Amino acid sequence: MPPEDPWEKLRLATRARIGLGRAGDAMKITDVLDFQFAHAKARDAVHTRLDVATLKAALPGAIHVHSEVEGRDMYLRRPDLGRRLSPDCLAQLPPGDYDAVFIVSDGLSAAAVMQNAVPMVEAILARLTGFTIAPIIIATQARVALGDDIGAALGARLSVVLIGERPGLTVSDSLGVYLTYNPKRGTRDSLRNCISNIHPHGGLSYQGAADMLNWLMREALRRQLTGTGLKEANPLLGAEAMAAFAVSQ
Amino acid sequence: MGNFAHSFRGETYRFPDLKTVLACASGRRSGDELAELAAESDTQRVAARAVLADLPLSIFLEEPLIPYEHDEITRLIFDTHDAAAFKPVSHLTVGGFRDWLLSYEADSPTLARLAPGLTPEMAAAASKLMRNQDLISVARKCHVVKKFRNTIGLPGRLSSRLQPNHPTDDLRGIAASTLDGLLYGTGDAVIGINPATDNVQNCISLLDMLDNLRQRYDIPTQTCVLTHVTNAIEVMNAGGAMDLVFQSIAGSEAANQGFGINLAILREAQDAALSLKRGTIGNDVMYFETGQGAALSAGAHYGIDQQTIETRAYAVARAFSPLLVNTVVGFIGPEYLYDGKQIIRAGLEDHFCAKLLGVPMGCDVCYTNHAEADQDDMDTLMTLLTAAGVSFVIAVPGADDVMLNYQSLSYHDILYLRATFNVRPAPEFESWLEKMDMFDAAGRMRLPGQNPVLKRLIAEHRDAA
Repeated sequence: MPPEDPWEKLRLATRARIGLGRAGDAMKITDVLDFQFAHAKARDAVHTRLDVATLKAALPGAIHVHSEVEGRDMYLRRPDLGRRLSPDCLAQLPPGDYDAVFIVSDGLSAAAVMQNAVPMVEAILARLTGFTIAPIIIATQARVALGDDIGAALGARLSVVLIGERPGLTVSDSLGVYLTYNPKRGTRDSLRNCISNIHPHGGLSYQGAADMLNWLMREALRRQLTGTGLKEANPLLGAEAMAAFAVSQ
Repeated sequence: MGNFAHSFRGETYRFPDLKTVLACASGRRSGDELAELAAESDTQRVAARAVLADLPLSIFLEEPLIPYEHDEITRLIFDTHDAAAFKPVSHLTVGGFRDWLLSYEADSPTLARLAPGLTPEMAAAASKLMRNQDLISVARKCHVVKKFRNTIGLPGRLSSRLQPNHPTDDLRGIAASTLDGLLYGTGDAVIGINPATDNVQNCISLLDMLDNLRQRYDIPTQTCVLTHVTNAIEVMNAGGAMDLVFQSIAGSEAANQGFGINLAILREAQDAALSLKRGTIGNDVMYFETGQGAALSAGAHYGIDQQTIETRAYAVARAFSPLLVNTVVGFIGPEYLYDGKQIIRAGLEDHFCAKLLGVPMGCDVCYTNHAEADQDDMDTLMTLLTAAGVSFVIAVPGADDVMLNYQSLSYHDILYLRATFNVRPAPEFESWLEKMDMFDAAGRMRLPGQNPVLKRLIAEHRDAA
């Protein structure tokens, strides 16, 4: 009979790498390789290009724009350029009378966008009856604030940036959503609302995130603001959405 | 107005002012490039170092980098400068000071006496003229000893922070990670949690759990929940079990405003923690984190390079006699420190400058997944820092922080460092490990299968879970 693993039950309480074995002072080779595999997956998520063609096929009418960044190396070094729309793309963004624009952005994890953006967009659009929505924008080499340039160019009252979050070892495909009222260049981050940790590995569900986003978008238009002023959560939201809201504030 | 110029092979390199000399003399790093402060070429960088080497060390007492009237950190630096302590090196140039630091004359007691006479900018300037080995060998001579329930920073010792973070602050999950770390003999610097939910009630629950654990096993260490200092004050008012007050700090008043703090708030929190009298052998109650890039990311760097303004945060730390300070060197991201080379260099600079100023520097040897770095780089940095006599490092289960989503050191790494350098945990904590029968005959942490204590502890925790 194999010896009982004393850590088995404790592992149910945390994803942390507890109760690892030892080779002398060091980690065992299986744990070393498991770690390297997770790190490689996270790095691949950062460096893989967004598959724009597949996204366009899944989001009919979507328009592809990019920031002033050229290449992933520059993206990582120059967050300032990742916040600015390339002037070449301006002509693709005709102004209109829009309540909101959805901007699907690669951010730090193309994998998060490929995995979660389309079902997330579908879930929120199904809830936004009565809204005038701009064509969906696909933005590459994008930081959150790129949504300010895009929203301003389109004349949208709200910009909703769906963006790949910085990958961890455990989850490398987590999506974040940033909502900004009256988007324009130079908007402070404290004037946005964020819903983070949207992914299918024990994170926030699309339905839960969409419920929360729906409420935030309607309140933002009614009260004409986003950010810390829109902190109070709706008591009608489900427990899951409330918990995520508490964390993301 | 000084003359900031140097000629090399017929070409003259000129710099408009002192802060430009400092910025251009800094080793290449992405944060200075982002701020458009970095040297334009390698030659210009060395020319700036040559200019810097010939400047009098006392120039930093004459030309504040941020005006005295505009910045309370500048006022702190100038108002607390000890001219008598500075006297022995007051005649030196920056280059001469670098040579003197490496001399046999500059021994540990001499450097300790000098510390109050140095300003952060002097330390930063010297560090820019120092190779990695210089940063190590001088830092090694600087002993900064602090006490609360144990003694941190003695020569031949390496302490560790046990960091049992959990993505939803689950108490059982945190207890499991804590237990795991204790079985590697880590946690003598502090058992410290970064909370996922930063509110007062949650902090009190977490502190309560850690304090019960500490008291139950009579562990001679301190515990901490790394919440904002204003929360800490509320926690203490509500009677929470707060050993140490934590706060992230930076090198300008405006950058500290970005953190929602100033010197008065820090003093208020320190006074509150001192009044609790929870320390048994000392009253060093503060724990600070710093890191290159913090001031720039707050837009409050005043055109000063990121390494120089980082050192000004050590003036803030020094004013509060902290038990613990650590640079979060690889955490802030590749836009400030791009790769392993830059992270390693910055870690050594931060440690050297802080120790020279009398600040008990530790390090979170770490990186994020969008930096060009990996565990090999962390192996290098932790090895170099231990050679340099770092006060403590941070360790998490399997090097993977599942709450903050970055990689630090593993509990295993602490065993490697102890074995390789023959360094020991804090003496009081080492005695506790002996008492708990955690060492084998050779003084190494017992392997899990040979550890009767482990079996008992796990059985107790499993039943509790």
